Amino acid sequence: MTKFKDLAYYTSFLIGGYKLFPFNFLPLDNGQYIATNLVGEHLILQRDQLDALVKHKLDSTSTLYNDLKAKHFLYDSASTVAVDLLTLKQRTKLSSLSDFTGLHMFVVSLRCEHSCSYCQVSRANDDASRSEYDMSQAVAEKACKLAFRSPSPHIKIEFQGGEPLLNFERIVHVVEEAERLNVTEHRNLQFVIATNLALITKQHLEFCKAHDVLISTSLDGPEWLHNQNRPRPGGNSYQKTIEGIQLSRTFLGPDRVGALMTTTQACLNYPVQIIDEYIAQGFREIFLRPISPYGFALKTKSFKSYGHQEWLQFYFKGLEYIVQINLDGYRFVEQYAATILTKMLSPYATSYIDLMSPAGIGIGGVLYNYDGKVYASDEGRMLAEMNDDTFLLGNVLTDSYEEIFTSEALLEPLKASYTKSVPMCADCAFEPYCGADPVYHHATQGDYVGNKSSSGFCQRNMSIFKHLVQWMESDSKVKEVLSSWIRH
Amino acid sequence: MLSLSAHNLDLYNFKVNEDPFIIKLYEDKRLPLPIKKKSGYIANSDEIPEGYSLYCAFDKRHSLEIARRTKRVVHLDREYEYLSAGDIIRLDPTKKTLRVLFRASSLSNSFLVTERCDNFCLMCSQPPRDISDDWIVEEITNTIPLIDKSTRAIGFTGGEPTLLGDRFLRILEMCKQYLPDTAVHILSNGRRFADSNFTRAYAAINHPDMIVGIPVYSDVAHIHDYIVQANNAFDETIRGILNLKKYRQPVEIRVVVHRQTYARLPRLAEFILRNLAFVDHVALMGLELTGFTKANMDTLWIDPMTYREELTEATKYLDRAGGPVSIYNHQLCVIDKVVWPYARKSISDWKNEYLPVCSKCTKIEECGGFFSSQLAKPSNYISPL
Repeated sequence: MTKFKDLAYYTSFLIGGYKLFPFNFLPLDNGQYIATNLVGEHLILQRDQLDALVKHKLDSTSTLYNDLKAKHFLYDSASTVAVDLLTLKQRTKLSSLSDFTGLHMFVVSLRCEHSCSYCQVSRANDDASRSEYDMSQAVAEKACKLAFRSPSPHIKIEFQGGEPLLNFERIVHVVEEAERLNVTEHRNLQFVIATNLALITKQHLEFCKAHDVLISTSLDGPEWLHNQNRPRPGGNSYQKTIEGIQLSRTFLGPDRVGALMTTTQACLNYPVQIIDEYIAQGFREIFLRPISPYGFALKTKSFKSYGHQEWLQFYFKGLEYIVQINLDGYRFVEQYAATILTKMLSPYATSYIDLMSPAGIGIGGVLYNYDGKVYASDEGRMLAEMNDDTFLLGNVLTDSYEEIFTSEALLEPLKASYTKSVPMCADCAFEPYCGADPVYHHATQGDYVGNKSSSGFCQRNMSIFKHLVQWMESDSKVKEVLSSWIRH
Repeated sequence: MLSLSAHNLDLYNFKVNEDPFIIKLYEDKRLPLPIKKKSGYIANSDEIPEGYSLYCAFDKRHSLEIARRTKRVVHLDREYEYLSAGDIIRLDPTKKTLRVLFRASSLSNSFLVTERCDNFCLMCSQPPRDISDDWIVEEITNTIPLIDKSTRAIGFTGGEPTLLGDRFLRILEMCKQYLPDTAVHILSNGRRFADSNFTRAYAAINHPDMIVGIPVYSDVAHIHDYIVQANNAFDETIRGILNLKKYRQPVEIRVVVHRQTYARLPRLAEFILRNLAFVDHVALMGLELTGFTKANMDTLWIDPMTYREELTEATKYLDRAGGPVSIYNHQLCVIDKVVWPYARKSISDWKNEYLPVCSKCTKIEECGGFFSSQLAKPSNYISPL
C-alpha cells in the first residue's frame, strides 16, 4: 500500500545528527559504564557505546540510539518535547523544596532511663535534672508557632529525647496546641513519638489513639543483642520494648508502630538475626542504619570501632537476605535501599533528609531543643552536645522565624554543599541518587563540603549505588523485587 | 455482532419525501400524550397504545395490523428485537434506512463526531475521510437531550473529535447540562490539546466526570510518528497530555500492541512512569483487525503469545507507577496468569464475540473475548482453560 510511509521515511528526518543533554557517567566493576541524565534516569553502556555516543557516531536506527533518545540523553530534529519533559521531571524531583520544612522535631526531655553506649545526647533520669533538661511550656508554645510558620502543607511533629515519655505532659500540651493552631491552618498534621516504649502506659496510648499519634521505637535485634546495646536498670529493655510494641499495636493498629535499629559493632556479625527479629515481631520493613559519627558515639569510640567497609559488609549481607525473603514470596522492605531505588527508578522526590540536595538540614527538618535552641538537624544538636554549635540557628525565645531560617548558620552550609556544584559530586553519575550532608562532613572533616575521596559518606553511598545497579543489571528477578520497593 | 443500521426498510403511512428524524423509543403504554406524540413505540405485544408518532414492529402480520390503523410503522427484522425503552434511533423515510444512535441497555454508547483526522494510523479501525461533519454534529446535539439522565457513560470518538474545535466543546458542554451524572469518555490523538487556549476552554467546561483517552505508541518520537504517519505528532500529543494535566483534566493513555510496538512496550511503560506518571489510567490494548489494519496485516499482526513477556513486564512496571493499568482486548489464555487481574472485558458489547472452542473454557465469564474482527485471525494459542 503506497499511502503508508515506512519507518525509514520517518528516520530520514533525523537530519543534522543529534545533540547531547547533560549527563554523567562512571565505570562499574565489570568494565561497563553507568550513565545518568539530569534527573537520574540511567543506562548501562559498554565502553565503545559510550565512546560512540559522545563522539556523535551513534547509528540513528540502532536500539541504543532509541534508548538514549527516549531516556533523554540525546535529542534530534524529530522532537523537542524532551526539553519540556526534562524540565518537568527536574521540577518534580525538587518539588519538596517549595514546601520547605515539613519535619519539626521537639526534644521534650533530654532525660532517659536507658544508658545506651551509642547515645549521643541523653541525661540521667533524676529529679535534679527534671527542671534543667525538660522543655518548658514557654519554649513549646513558641516552637509550635514557628512550626506553623513553615509554608509546608505537611507538618510532622516528632517528639524526641532523651525519652520523651518522661515529659508526657509536654507532649499533650504540644499536640493540643498544634491542633488548636491547625483549626485555621488546615495543614496535614502528623505526630510521632520516638520512644524506647519502656514507660508506655495505656493512658499514653489512649491519648495517642485519640490524636492519631504514631509510635517509633528502637529495636536493635534479638534479646541478647538488644539488651547489650541498650542497657537500663533491670537489664530488661528488650522485654519492655516488645511488650510496648504489642500494647501499642492493640491501641493504634499494626501500621502505626514503627521501629529503627542502630548498628553497633556488636551487630556487625548478625544481620540475619536482626532481620529475623523484625520479621518475628511482625514488621514488614527494616532500616539498616549506620551509626552516626556524632556526640557521645564519637567520644565513646563506638563510631571509630568499625569502619564503613565493615558496615557495608553487614549491610550487603542483610540486603541479600532480605531480597531472598522477597524472592521466596514474603514482602519485606529495607528502607535505605527503598529510598535510593525510588530515586533511581521513579520520577518521585524522596523525603529522607540525609539523601537530599540541597541538603535537608533546616529546610527538610528542624529541631527545637529542650532549652529553646533551634538546630538545623538532629545531628546538629548532637554536635552541640560536644560543644560545637555550628548548626545552632537561633533560639525560639529570642529569635524570629525569619532570623532563624535565614541565618548564615543555615544558608552557608546549604549553599556550600549543593551537590550539583560540589567538586567530584557535580561530575558523579550517582549525584541524582545521593545527597548533601554538610553536618557529617563538618563533623568528620571540619568542612561542609569535605574531600569526597576520603569521605565515609561518599564511599558508603557509592558502594551501595554501584551494588544496587550491578545487582539489578545481572539478575532480573532481583530487579523485580527491588523495583517493587519504590515509594510514591 | 449486533446490527446497528438497517436498509431497505418496509415503511407504512409515511408521506412522500419525509425528512429524516431522530426519535426516542418507549415500551410504556400510558405515557402523557405530548410525550407519545414525539416518541416511538416498540410494538412487541398485541395491544397497541394510541398516540405514538412511530411504531416499530418485528412481525410482518403485526406490522400490517398496526399500519391498518393508519399509524406510521417501521417493520424491522428479528435481529433488531434488542431495541428497548430509552433507545434512540434515526430514521430516514426517503432512503428507507435506520440507525441505532443510542442503546439504553449498553455501557458502550459511543458517538462518532467526525470522520476527519490529522493522524493516519497504520492500524486505524475507523479510516479517516475528509468529508463534512456538520450533519453529524447536528445529529448529536439533537440526540443528547433525548438520552436518559441515568445513563452511566457515553463516549465520543472519530476521526479526531477535537478537529471540530469549539463545536466539539459545545457538545461536551451540552453533556454537562443535559447529562450531569453521565461519565464522558473521549478518544482523541491529543494533538489539539497542545494548544493551551483550546485546553483551557476544554477545562473551563468543568465537567465532573470526563476523561480523554490518548494513544502513545512509542517512547521514541519518530517511531510514534511513523505509526501514526504524521510528523511532529509525538511532540504535540505529549504536550497535549501535559497541558491537560496542567489544567487538572483526567487523561488515559492508550497503547495498541502490535508488531511495531511490542518490542519496546516495557520501555514505553518505563517512559510513562518516568515522564507521565500523573496520568489517570493506562490501557494496553490488543489489535482490532478492521479498517487500515486489514491493509497492513503483515506490518502489524503478531500473535499475542509472542509478546506475552513484554506485556507482563510493561503491566507490572505501570502498576508500580501507582496509577491504574488495564489490559484490553486480550484473551486470558494468551496472557500471563500474573496479569489476569489487569485484564478487562473491554470490547463494546455489539462487537464482542467468542470462538466455538471458548464454550469449553471455565474462565469464559471472566474473559474479555474477541473483537468480531479478530475472529478472522485469532492467536494460534487459544485454548480452553
